[in-house]
Amino acid sequence: MHIVVCIKQVPDSAQIRVHPVTNTIMRQGVPAIVNPYDLFALEEALRVKDQHGGRITMLCMGPPQAEDALRKCLSFGADDAILVTDRSFAGADTLATSYALASAIRTIAKEQAVDMVFTGKQTIDGDTAQVGPGIAKRLDLQLLTYVSRIVELSLDERSIVIERRAEGGVQVLRTQLPCLVTMLENTNEMRFANMDNMLRAARFSVRKWNKEAAGIEDVTKIGLKGSPTVVSKVFGPKPRTEKADTESLEHSSPRDAVLNLIQKIFTRNPGLEDELVARTVVP
Amino acid sequence: MSETPPNAKKPAARAAGRNLELPEHLKSYKGVWVFIEHDRGVVHPVSWELLGEGRKLADMQGAQLAGVLLGGADEPLDRFAADAYAYGADLCYVMRDPVLKGYRNEPFTRGLTKLVKEGKPEIVLLGATTMGRDLAGSVATTLATGLTADCTELTIDPASRALAATRPTFGGSLLCTIMTLAYRPQMATVRPRVMQMPAKDSTRTGSIIESSLDMVEDVVVTKLLDFIADANSNKNHLAYADVIVSGGKGLKNPENFALVRELASVLGAEVGASRPVVQAGWVEAERQIGQTGKTVRPKLYIAAGISGAIQHRVGMEGSDIIVAINNDANAPIFDFAHYGIVGNAMQVLPALTEAFRAHLAVRARRAA
Repeated sequence: MHIVVCIKQVPDSAQIRVHPVTNTIMRQGVPAIVNPYDLFALEEALRVKDQHGGRITMLCMGPPQAEDALRKCLSFGADDAILVTDRSFAGADTLATSYALASAIRTIAKEQAVDMVFTGKQTIDGDTAQVGPGIAKRLDLQLLTYVSRIVELSLDERSIVIERRAEGGVQVLRTQLPCLVTMLENTNEMRFANMDNMLRAARFSVRKWNKEAAGIEDVTKIGLKGSPTVVSKVFGPKPRTEKADTESLEHSSPRDAVLNLIQKIFTRNPGLEDELVARTVVP
Repeated sequence: MSETPPNAKKPAARAAGRNLELPEHLKSYKGVWVFIEHDRGVVHPVSWELLGEGRKLADMQGAQLAGVLLGGADEPLDRFAADAYAYGADLCYVMRDPVLKGYRNEPFTRGLTKLVKEGKPEIVLLGATTMGRDLAGSVATTLATGLTADCTELTIDPASRALAATRPTFGGSLLCTIMTLAYRPQMATVRPRVMQMPAKDSTRTGSIIESSLDMVEDVVVTKLLDFIADANSNKNHLAYADVIVSGGKGLKNPENFALVRELASVLGAEVGASRPVVQAGWVEAERQIGQTGKTVRPKLYIAAGISGAIQHRVGMEGSDIIVAINNDANAPIFDFAHYGIVGNAMQVLPALTEAFRAHLAVRARRAA
């Protein structure tokens, strides 16, 4: 069993601040982390390995410092790590990103055939959820998105049964390997790194592939050139037009403030009052 | 959408000299398409919301609006098409095949890709649901065109006549407008409730264009074994709730979040939460409202202890009445709330719960 887990290094969005005047991102000092959704993918891959044996190769596209993210994953128990890094990848949108990652996975598969690819359901900086499906299409892998549980996996039959989140319920699907799984969040809990793996991760020599090593065949399909989408404008939210009608507890009692508030709400929408009254059970 | 965050200062320079001109052979792409998502006999309301939005775009382009229906031979696609006309579609592309009963990526990708190649639409919109995102990502890759996820605003750029799709970026701290200038179709997904439900006009009619899939079950590798409907259907009510009471980090600790639940129970409302509260584990993820959670547009939205970051704002600013309770008079939420109480939410919430309870009880007794 050879599993490739794709991850991305992202800025910790909880710590991103926007400059109040210029509306630009203040990136200084914002720590980079492994995209949190990807950890659910890694843990699920580790569980598959625990049960069925095999090997996990981590794959990441990003700047040289993204090596840290790969090292983190090695400390949890991944076997190998490859960083695809080249200036020509800069500015890639999801189409160009999936092309580069799919090319790298094809190159990895020349060393050892790939049975499964795992990704997180989306990243916390792009939030698109498009790269996983893109990789699957390019490699002709069966696509299983928003997977909440692997029900059954048979290496002999090369078959897998999974549950995936759908609208209003869960789909149970059976398919054949090779497949690509995008893992839903909160479906497992990442294990603790053990001492052996931490030491191994610290000493591990992460392989760095430029575009040639990654097996990119068509350079017009990577980076800015390979990206059909163009960002035309980045801006902050609309400036305020009217300030909220507020009452402060510095000047009124909580009771007065809430009574006034209820009055204002029901004056603005009398129909809502009737609806709420209709729902109220008379004591 | 860029995976690498764009440089906010010089987007023009970033786009210079590339992918900006529409090649001649793509200029024949015309019309706006909306993928109509349905499952087990019911159309997802996001499809009607998209028809409302698609109607505006089609009118701006002087083009036709089409609904796209893929489904099993025994599914009521004609009824769905009639509804699509009532919500604004001029025509429907319909593909019926037993293979298309119950969503699976492979046949749906094949089907929608085939329809696009035949019909050459300029714009294709899908709901950003687990089905729509799964399908959109696959189809856009197959067609090698641009796809913008989770748009909050769609319009036509007057200069290029291209679809200008605006979405939050950087985890919802800024907005960016994205265009696909040199490829067709231009694809976008929009989350449920982001766009308004259009008025239904059942007198409208339209025409159906039938197409075939040419795919047999034997070649479809993935099989749908079962569908387990959610037992707790409550979860799904949040996006379409009339009244929502939400809590944020300003409530200080998970115990205080009970105050939000109590007010919600008096109002028969759904409980919502901001991202930090969900990340801290106070509330289940299904309750999160915002860019990475649910989008809501209730008649009344009460936010307690929520500061109002863009991440949260884009998920609820379509609400009819927004009430903010926050002890920081300068919190951004007061910039877009309609009414506010500046004060400690732990004091205000119990008072508000009691006052609503008394008010509604008096009115209900009078009515009875």
